[in-house]
Amino acid sequence: MATKTVAGRSVEVTDEGFFESPESWTEAMVPELAREEGIDELTEKHWMVIRFMRQEFQQKGSGPTVRALGKTSGVSVKELYQLFPKGPAKVAAKVAGIPKPRGCI
Amino acid sequence: MSASIEKVSIVISKGSIDGIYPGLIMANGARAEGIDANLFFTFFGLDAIHKKRQRSIKIATVGNPGLHLPTWLGGVPGISAAMTKYMNTKMAKLDIPSVPAFVEMISDTGAGLYGCQASVDLFGFTKDDFVEQVDSIITVGEFYDISAGGQIIFT
Repeated sequence: MATKTVAGRSVEVTDEGFFESPESWTEAMVPELAREEGIDELTEKHWMVIRFMRQEFQQKGSGPTVRALGKTSGVSVKELYQLFPKGPAKVAAKVAGIPKPRGCI
Repeated sequence: MSASIEKVSIVISKGSIDGIYPGLIMANGARAEGIDANLFFTFFGLDAIHKKRQRSIKIATVGNPGLHLPTWLGGVPGISAAMTKYMNTKMAKLDIPSVPAFVEMISDTGAGLYGCQASVDLFGFTKDDFVEQVDSIITVGEFYDISAGGQIIFT
């Protein structure tokens, strides 16, 4: 566990950089979190995925895998990897302040 | 942070359900982690990318002790088909894609898909026998070039 400052607020994150408590996340933190993941320009599609991750987490208690994202977010797998080249579900979860999605497919 | 894996090249050499899926899952999982991935299909593993064969991948019921079936039963006509259907139904329930859908998805993740030249020659196939997601048919030397700097996993 570690503590870091995002958008002027102190938050607890795991060793991998995922939020320990999703409640401490705000949308204002997104640009900075995205930059840390190498995403300099956030498009409407990025936001769509990030908000979808949040929403899924709130409803189901865990974030979707890439396959689930591709089927339900309205963004195709191909596009997801263009938006988040370092792993769509993993990176979007980190930026959305939710735990890393588990699942093998 | 400790050392991380940046790139993997996965060889799929068998043409059964249990021969093909582990490699597909590992390649897809690698991409989901942001790891570069290449898939290399050789020998009967080529069936996974063969247009006419990828929809009829079966599970071996003969010589497969993992199934825990009596040996005599495994060879009874229809048993392999029934077990294959059972496995496919179970996998579909877990939202594991069919082989054609999985191959397409893995290609969409940006992974490279390659067929083995020696096996293609051996079975008398051509590039046209394979699905469009296959990048190219390559030699073993080209495989090592493509795999340079990463880990190679044989399944």
